[in-house]
Amino acid sequence: MTITADGGSPAVGTPRSKRGGGFDPTSLRRQSPRHGERVVMGVLIAAALLSVLVTVGIVLSLLLPAISFFREVSFGEFLFGTRWSPRFSGQESYGVLPLITGTAWTTLIALVIAIPFGLGAAIYLSEYAPSRVRKVLKPVLEVLAGIPSVVYGFFALTFVAPVILNDLLGLDVGTFSVLSAGLVLGIMIIPTVASLSEDAMSAVPDALRHGSMALGANKMRTTLRVVFPAAVSGIAASIVLALSRAVGETMIVALAAGTQARMVGGPTEVGQTMTGFIAQTATGESTPGTLSYNTLFAVGLLLFVITFVINMISIRLVRKFREAY
Amino acid sequence: MATIGQLATRPLKAERNGDKSPASILFLVALWVALSFAVLTLVVLLVTSFMDALPRLDGELFTNYSSQVSPETAGARAAIIGSLWVIVATAVMAIPLGIAAAIYLEEFANPLRWYNRMIEVNLQNLAAVPAIVYGMLTAGLALTIGLRRGVVLAGAIALALLILPVIIITTREALRSVPAEIRQGSLALGATPLQTVWRQTLPSAIPGIATGTILALSRALGEAAPLLLLGGLVFIRYDPNGLFSGFTTLPIQIFNWAGQPQVEFQEVAAAAIIALLGLLLLMNGLAIVIRNRYQRRW
Repeated sequence: MTITADGGSPAVGTPRSKRGGGFDPTSLRRQSPRHGERVVMGVLIAAALLSVLVTVGIVLSLLLPAISFFREVSFGEFLFGTRWSPRFSGQESYGVLPLITGTAWTTLIALVIAIPFGLGAAIYLSEYAPSRVRKVLKPVLEVLAGIPSVVYGFFALTFVAPVILNDLLGLDVGTFSVLSAGLVLGIMIIPTVASLSEDAMSAVPDALRHGSMALGANKMRTTLRVVFPAAVSGIAASIVLALSRAVGETMIVALAAGTQARMVGGPTEVGQTMTGFIAQTATGESTPGTLSYNTLFAVGLLLFVITFVINMISIRLVRKFREAY
Repeated sequence: MATIGQLATRPLKAERNGDKSPASILFLVALWVALSFAVLTLVVLLVTSFMDALPRLDGELFTNYSSQVSPETAGARAAIIGSLWVIVATAVMAIPLGIAAAIYLEEFANPLRWYNRMIEVNLQNLAAVPAIVYGMLTAGLALTIGLRRGVVLAGAIALALLILPVIIITTREALRSVPAEIRQGSLALGATPLQTVWRQTLPSAIPGIATGTILALSRALGEAAPLLLLGGLVFIRYDPNGLFSGFTTLPIQIFNWAGQPQVEFQEVAAAAIIALLGLLLLMNGLAIVIRNRYQRRW
């Protein structure tokens, strides 16, 4: 609900001549100017504007070092170069494609895991689960969402790569691979897909389900042909948001994907992602103003732009599904 | 007519297309598998971390400093104290700002104005910006205002900016759930809009705000990525004791230990993970208790 900021509206028929005089019981005007309230309102507005300032700050803090970076390295070399070796002195090369292939592989593997498992969980919770089961299982998903990503990274490094991939599945992968990083990344974003998709499907009115049932469709058919299409923009938004989280996630890929930036051609290879590069370079000391420091921000800017576009698509989709009912 | 009669006498029970058909059962089994995968992963993750941590779950974790030379006695004392400093400073900055912004946006802003819609979209976007970008923002900010990177205050600024959108969004939801009648009643009795917010709306929304805020803070407690650009001091051997003191936090310490080749470091990393998860569980438990005990149903 919204209340207008400047108190009550001037009451009709209140004689102006009473101004400055004593208390007029019939006047609906406020009795004192309340300067304090104006100050408080100002503080509230300033706090709300801070969020805009943060965005401006992000853009500026990434753009300024990135501009100095592009003074020394051409835009084309950065975007289309296939060799990334910013610290190989004498033969520095600033082609960002290896980092992009690393990010693309881990993200792709993560989505392959998160979409079926996340949607399956969402459909069960929204359409099939008795309310008692739902009461137990939703908190489990919340706990899974609350586990810090560095813990997932440790899990990938000490369990998924050696025990699951090597011993159980007999795959020939080393300690570091985009496969183990991507798998764990996928587990991390399952709750994002599951809980947002469940919200979207729960928002579908029961009348649609009843109509479908009345026409003789069974539960599975109702779920797949009626509920799912009705909720599809919300489900798509959940997947796009999960995609954005997978692209921006740092700690898992920094621990499990490896630190060699090279073109990744398959899931069992070692690779470095954009975030992985930032994390690795940042932990070493880098002095502001140098090219290696600016390189960090050029990659950061690219990361921000990519996630920004993805987020905007997701926000659009969410708005669409909110308008539907 | 006879055929219709015959059809009508047949029972209406669906035989091939009912919920007991093979396809339906297969579908349900697939859903079960999907859900149990998530639950199973959680169990495996907790059990393996606990098993790895078993040899090191003792007091040394809390009393010793980290050490590069003797990993078998390394502890997380500096990291635990650093985490507490950072999280308290984060809370002091983010909570008042977040609640103030949420009050303006939910109670006073006209949602039809373009600038208010812009703030709205901007917030949704900020909530999904990668955490590491907040580290880069704070690094740039620290450079501009001459703040040394690697101090508690810098880390707290990064985390406060990171969780600010989350706090604003959850606070707005809590305010929205307070029924309009409460506000109208207060206004009808002559309270100003701000008095209404301060004495009626905000107190009614406090359980929801507290729950959302605690969950946001627990996210900050587990986050390491933005601090990588601001910390770097992992082997510190003193207790962080102020806003301008050097620091490390539990997640950074875990990240560093997990990346070391020695098995002893893996064990102490697992032990620190158990400590971190314990702390998070405590905060989440508190949030759930507040939600269940104080939340009012209108």
